[in-house]
Amino acid sequence: MTMFDALTDEQETFVAPPVGVRRLLATGDPSLRTHLATFGPLPAVDGLGGVDGVTAALEEAGLAGRGGAAFPTWRKVASAAESGRAAIVVANGSEGEPMSAKDATLLHQSPHLVLDGLLLVAGVLRASEAHLVTTDGQLAPLQRAIAERADARGVRVRTTEDRFVSGEASAVANAIERGRAIPRDHVVRLSIAGIAGRPTLVLNVETLAHIAVIVRFGAAWFRSVGTADDPGTRLLTVAVDGTRRVVEAAGGTSLRRALEATGVAVESVRAVLVGGYHGAWATGEALDAPISAAGLAPFGAAPGAGILIVLSRGHCGVVRAAEIAHYLAGQSAGQCGPCANGLPEIAEVMGRLARRDRDASLPRQLRELGGLVIGRGACHHPDGTTRMVMSALEAFEHDVHAHARGLCQEVA
Amino acid sequence: MPGRTLHIDWTRCDARGSCIELLPELLRRDNWGYPLARTGSEFAVPAHLDDAAEDAVNLCPVLALRFTAPVRG
Repeated sequence: MTMFDALTDEQETFVAPPVGVRRLLATGDPSLRTHLATFGPLPAVDGLGGVDGVTAALEEAGLAGRGGAAFPTWRKVASAAESGRAAIVVANGSEGEPMSAKDATLLHQSPHLVLDGLLLVAGVLRASEAHLVTTDGQLAPLQRAIAERADARGVRVRTTEDRFVSGEASAVANAIERGRAIPRDHVVRLSIAGIAGRPTLVLNVETLAHIAVIVRFGAAWFRSVGTADDPGTRLLTVAVDGTRRVVEAAGGTSLRRALEATGVAVESVRAVLVGGYHGAWATGEALDAPISAAGLAPFGAAPGAGILIVLSRGHCGVVRAAEIAHYLAGQSAGQCGPCANGLPEIAEVMGRLARRDRDASLPRQLRELGGLVIGRGACHHPDGTTRMVMSALEAFEHDVHAHARGLCQEVA
Repeated sequence: MPGRTLHIDWTRCDARGSCIELLPELLRRDNWGYPLARTGSEFAVPAHLDDAAEDAVNLCPVLALRFTAPVRG
């Protein structure tokens, strides 16, 4: 018996599931009252068939993590249950990506859905601690939400630094254990041995909100929007000209349609950096690719945390990529030699390329430096930075050649 | 006996270089003096280099090197 079967009858007596693609953002206001009117009460942990019942439903739903790595959520929950030691569950709303706003939007609009997901996972794992980590701006709405319900009083809320690498899972675990939000070295998954050696399940807040609706309405409902390989909805942040707009879209929505949904005309777009600052640049036909792992893979991109950064026509991709590389070099925690030394050098060479230094060897230098930093850090900051730079060399190939001759095609 | 795997803890590694001297077959110095293996942070140690690898683990002044799970097969 799946959890969906177990829940169907009971659920229909409460409230109908949201229709369409407005699911996580279906409520009009963040109050508990509206939350309950929209989604109905959270099913009791006892009725869900334990860890096996919940992981079966999550597997059937095909939910993948929404924090960036897209790891199958059911597998992560199952591995945290395996050791038999009391787990620690962490809702990660750190959102270190400066262009991302979807986690903050979710915490402001639907804090109870996130709390539901956290309490449910903690309950089913019989976890000893439930944490929620976020940044200052989200503290007030969260505290208001927690004050509205008795079951969330045990949730430990803490704010973290507004820094790029502070949202990385091991940095979040480190912040809780040692008060420092910097990544740490680990040879086994956090879900097996994390904080104080205990199984530590770090789940993005959007992932938890999806869990909260899946346990209510079932895997089949979850899959009723989206595509077979990217079921359900995902929150996207479209960053364009200094503004950030958050939209909930069906899985597998094309980049083009996602841009249009936020009022961006595709004709005005030169390129989109897909997946945030660690992402890859999409141009031309790639703009019609579905925002899913399989749809973006041919273009070397991935949905990541659902961030789409628009480069408008008339702006130079090489210059923008150099600015981002410079920012990312400054965001290294400085713990790992190859990252602390290599990223500033990458940013420096990228800067020379952007300034149109007449040196044909710059792209080759970037490839060599990239090869020296990839895979050589406690976290993926060097890998992601290199991915973005290498992708820029490819996507803006003509501009790169022009720059090496002292010219720029995009900017007169 | 299947070979073991060495893991570099980059948060500890300080480019002292003793591992590079003890395991020249597996490591070379990168642009900044840090050990460069063929594969990022973890690399397989062939059985005939196991003693040297053991020395590298024990002689690293900042304890940045350790064995992880044995390589399968």
